[in-house]
Formats: sequence, structure tokens, C-alpha cells
Amino acid sequence: MKLDSTDRAIIEALQTGLPLVPAPYAQVSEALGLDEADLTARLQAMKQSGVIRRIAAAPNHYRLGMTANGMTVWDVDDAALAKLGPRVGALDFVTHCYERPRALPDWPYNLFAMVHGASPGEVEAKQLRIADLLGDALRGSDILYSSRILKKTGLRLARKR
Amino acid sequence: MNPLDATDRALVNALQDDLPLTHRPFAALAEHLGLTENALLDRVKALRQAGVLTRFGPFFDAAAMGGAFCLCAMSVPPEEFETVMTRVNAHPEVAHNYERTHRLNMWFVLATETPDEITDTADAIERETGLSVHRFPKLQEFFVGFRVAA
Repeated sequence: MKLDSTDRAIIEALQTGLPLVPAPYAQVSEALGLDEADLTARLQAMKQSGVIRRIAAAPNHYRLGMTANGMTVWDVDDAALAKLGPRVGALDFVTHCYERPRALPDWPYNLFAMVHGASPGEVEAKQLRIADLLGDALRGSDILYSSRILKKTGLRLARKR
Repeated sequence: MNPLDATDRALVNALQDDLPLTHRPFAALAEHLGLTENALLDRVKALRQAGVLTRFGPFFDAAAMGGAFCLCAMSVPPEEFETVMTRVNAHPEVAHNYERTHRLNMWFVLATETPDEITDTADAIERETGLSVHRFPKLQEFFVGFRVAA
């Protein structure tokens, strides 16, 4: 999607979040000197093009008791991936799910699924459910826990001018 | 903050759905939960302050706006770990970086404006550290819903 300067101003205004007031779009549009209908039409277009995935809350997994997160990785038969990938992504405990290239011989895995749980045991139980789902197409898997955050700056969304 | 009550839990679950683009987007949910809009918003503010919600608003997909992203991983010898980490993190293109329990023990995401800059940055890190940077760009996303039950 081609974003114009007004779209970029909207993105910058909303990067930290939506105002917590009964009519948030009216407040944002007023601050930006837009009509509310223009703002919501632009937000709708951004949703349709995928620039905005959704307008929603980002929960803190840790505060909700989900203190273990594991990056589960899978070596899945390429022929079966198109059919099985979406089924793994649809599991309610999988928050991100991607096909990525293998790096043979070091790295045989082509499917990544981020799994959250209240404990490593729970994450491993969920890993078994993914293994069941993959069935005969599964050739190997591993699980990588993050032991330390080394850097987290977030993405700078409006760098292009 | 006190433990979440049943209304807070229902609210955390409902707020993970897409908010409508209407003049009063919280009105229907407030009515469903038997709250006024302001009472609902006060609870959302309290949940934000307590850190149960980290953010409320649009989730932007930076890749859809243009720009390139790549997950990368390195196998760093333990005795070099801190030095390599400092060199990797010094690149502004490194958006986040995690230590993980595996032979490939350093995992970071490069975010740049063009695909060429991904290659340039990964190559520069290889030169600076003398270590291979494995590149795992997203080929396909299998993603249906992001939600965690409160």
C-alpha cells in the first residue's frame, strides 16, 4: 500500500495507542485536523491492505501467568506444509507461525511456531499436540527457550519520508 | 493491582478482538458487560497501569508499509558472547535480539527499508565477528489469531 503524508501522520499519532475515551477516532481526527469519517476511511483502507492487522489490546503474557515461551521449530515434509501450516497457525496457543528456509546441514527446520504456556512443561505438552497434528509429515523438531533479551528497540514504523 | 475479577477477564479477552471503526467503538462491549463506557475505559486504564495490557491500539504490520525484515541466527562461542552481542546490537538495523538455548544461541531480527540492506547488514556482522549469520526470512505466514485467555 502506498502511504501518503496524512497516513504517516495517522500512524505516528497512533503508534503509542488509541486514546482511552468514548469517541477515540473523533479525538484523534481533531488533533490531526481531519474529519472523523476521513480518518476512519483511511484506517479501514490500512486494514484492508494489511498495514493494520487489527485495533486491539496487546496483553502481557507474563502478567497473565504465561511465563514460559518457547520457539518450537519443525522439519516438515515440504509437500505437506501448505496443508499443515495453517492448521498449526490456527492452534489457540500458537501466536506466530512461519515457514522459513532451512540452513542445511546446521538447521533442518522449515516451520517456526511460537508457543506460550504457564510453565516449560505446559509448552512441551503443547509441542506434543503440534507433533500429533503433523503426524507422518514430521521428521524432527526442537524447542528454543529465550534465556535473555539482548536488545529490544521495537520497530521504527515511520522512518520513510 | 488486585487480582483480575470476572469482568476484567471478560474485558481482556474481548479487547483482543478487532475494535470497530465507529464513532463510539466501546459502546456495544460496555453494554454487553453491563458497564458504562467510562467505567469500561477506567478498567482498561487500570489494566494498562498494572501492566496486564501493554498497549491498546492499532497493530501495524511494518512489512506491509514497505521495508524488509529477516530473522537471523548465529552460533556464538560462550567466551565471545558479550563481545559479539555488543557488535551486533550496535547496528541500528537490529530491532531485537534474544539469547536462546541452542547451538544457534543468538537470534535477532533485522529491519531495514530495502532487501539489499538486509544483505549488507548481515554481511557486515559476519565481517565484524568472523561468524556466520544464518538468514531465515519469512517465506509464508500461517497465522490465524493472537490471543491469550485471561
